[in-house]
Amino acid sequence: MFEEPSIVAEQFEDASQQAEASRLGLWTFLATEVLFFGVVLLAYVVYWHVYPADFAAACKRTNLVLGTLNSVILVTSSLTMALAVQSDLARQRKQVVILLMVTILLGASFLGVKVVEYSEDITERLLPGPNFASDLPLHSQLFFCLYWIATALHGVHLIIGLCVLSVMVILAGRGKLMAGGRHTWLELSGLYWHFVDIVWILLYPLLYLLGRHL
Amino acid sequence: MSEAEPSYLSAGDTLGSWLLTTDHKRIGLLYLFSILFFFFIAACAAALMRLELLTPQGDLVFSETYNKLFTMHGVLMVWFFLIPSVPSVLGNFLVPLMVGARDLAFPRLNLLSWYLFVVGGFFVMHAIVIGGVDTGWTFYTPYSSAYSNSHVIQMALGIFIAGFSSILTGLNFIITIQKMRAPGLTWFRLPLFIWSMFATSIILVLATPVLAITLVLLSVERIWGVGIFDPKLGGDPVLFQHLFWFYSHPAVYIMILPGMGVVSEIIPCFARKKMFGYRFVAFSSMAIAMIGFLVWGHHMFVSSQSIYAGMVFSFLSFLVSIPSAIKVFNWTATLYRGSITFGAPMLYALGFIGLFVMGGMTGLFLASVAVDVHVHGTYFVVAHFHYIMVGGMVTAFMGGMHFWWPKITGRLYPPLMAQIAAALLFLGFNLTFFPQYILGYLGMPRRVHDYAPEFQIYNVLSTIGASVLGLAYLLPLIYLVWSLRYGKPSGANPWEATGLEWKTPSPPPKHNFNETPIVMEEAYNYPSNKDHGDPEHV
Repeated sequence: MFEEPSIVAEQFEDASQQAEASRLGLWTFLATEVLFFGVVLLAYVVYWHVYPADFAAACKRTNLVLGTLNSVILVTSSLTMALAVQSDLARQRKQVVILLMVTILLGASFLGVKVVEYSEDITERLLPGPNFASDLPLHSQLFFCLYWIATALHGVHLIIGLCVLSVMVILAGRGKLMAGGRHTWLELSGLYWHFVDIVWILLYPLLYLLGRHL
Repeated sequence: MSEAEPSYLSAGDTLGSWLLTTDHKRIGLLYLFSILFFFFIAACAAALMRLELLTPQGDLVFSETYNKLFTMHGVLMVWFFLIPSVPSVLGNFLVPLMVGARDLAFPRLNLLSWYLFVVGGFFVMHAIVIGGVDTGWTFYTPYSSAYSNSHVIQMALGIFIAGFSSILTGLNFIITIQKMRAPGLTWFRLPLFIWSMFATSIILVLATPVLAITLVLLSVERIWGVGIFDPKLGGDPVLFQHLFWFYSHPAVYIMILPGMGVVSEIIPCFARKKMFGYRFVAFSSMAIAMIGFLVWGHHMFVSSQSIYAGMVFSFLSFLVSIPSAIKVFNWTATLYRGSITFGAPMLYALGFIGLFVMGGMTGLFLASVAVDVHVHGTYFVVAHFHYIMVGGMVTAFMGGMHFWWPKITGRLYPPLMAQIAAALLFLGFNLTFFPQYILGYLGMPRRVHDYAPEFQIYNVLSTIGASVLGLAYLLPLIYLVWSLRYGKPSGANPWEATGLEWKTPSPPPKHNFNETPIVMEEAYNYPSNKDHGDPEHV
């Protein structure tokens, strides 16, 4: 292994045991996250099945342009993230820093676009409650409940991801990732980042595409 | 590591050395103190309810107060005592010792999980102190989201936070058991306690997030008045029940599998015999964890779910009883021709088998759709799940505490007192809850504070039983604390038990083992068969 023995925590025998344990730990955590988001998706599918026409009408009111733009931004950020992990394996410190910065920038622009989209949604009275758009059928409120909850939860996860990546940039700049025996940290941050992307890949068709053709 | 490493108890005695510890053994003790606190409060709520039910009239508390009492009792007992009882206390203490590791895989996450547990507990206690919650521990919508005038959000928030504590504990156990076993400790040489912890951890990790997000949805609905589960706004309250029980039925197995693990350690030790059918017992834990995810609908036979769903859930509920029965048969077969001694841990373990069989068999009554429609919402259900959770899990927890007390503290408790306490627990428990089966069958509904006069005799018996049970809980508290100061030193292995945890001094040094152990034999390699056990081979 490349890792230096000094950063092996005392409960582990060696660096490879530590790396394997950390990897399995993050995958287990992601399994938890799948069930967490899975409930929202399940609720969506159930109510879509019960009120297909109302959901289709509601879906047409989401902002397809901004949603698509955000999908492109996020998928691109996954690419730069994956490249950063590869560069770290090749010990190209500068490249890691640049790629991570680009990833962070893309993640932040996703949030920026989302804020614009949210404010437009609010002016179009798409926030469920007494002021909800009166021209939409009654149960499209359910669609927008799930829209707001799902995108907000996704946003919270993205913000956590940005915090993690910011720490990684600092560590990369100081040469503490691959060179310091902490490549696993970057690898796991990447895994989490891709998971947040995949959640969006599922949300995008459900919230922006389904029902538009009707 | 030096030869004379001090024990984990004497490695620092400042408050900081406890509150900032990453030692799994100390964190286990932190959990022990916390859950005993919550147990005490929840038990007081139960005592008030049993006092109220002495007479048919509602004369001690208002019905509204009674609603808050059973909610508080349920929430605290389920999430703040039973779920963390064996996993977070004994599991934390024993999992690294039993697999021959120096600590859990992620010690800081382990400490974080205790803090999350305490913060969650704080919110729940806060909700109780400022006025309580009256929805029952099940939080059924739309009552909890639209109508209840009590502090549902604070309570839900507390449970949400404590849920992350469960998830982190489960995650830590899964990784530790998978990746940190000592050399030679293959899966089929693991103690069965570890198998049951592994199965429990899978449930903790996969079921808890579903409860977490369900409570988020409930809170969103309550705060903003939107209609996720409110039928007035197009939502479906039955969806809430599905989501709630998708967590809460597997949670029942979080509350019994660890107890089964404890019993599987005690019985071979006190029968001086190998566990009969080791692999069956190990796989039955996994089977319970898997099938346990598919039976939640049996809580909803009268909820308007489809009759076909009811039939499937009924069938699956019968199916999940098979692995549980396998365990009972194997424990019994282990006892057969064993050299049995009746130390206190063994009395608790035998009590567990009896009470668990009662609870399990009545579970089959409730899994039958027609019988369930008759006794749904009555004391029959209350008696059934108390036989599993109190008769099963609390008895096993007490048995485990008595079994590993010498390991945890290095002291022996007075054996006769402990045997008396174990016997009292068995008697008091049966006197409390057996009359409730009859009450339920005769039709007394649960969650009411006054009742028809013909039910009084059974309620009086139940309250007397609860007093005996209270004594059986109090007694160990006294002599176990007494033993800390006056108990004889136990030595490393007072029960002459197998297992790595007994091969290190009591109390264990901070890093558990002076050198990493190497495992050459199967679990429960008790000598009786060779020496004096089996008459056919003497």
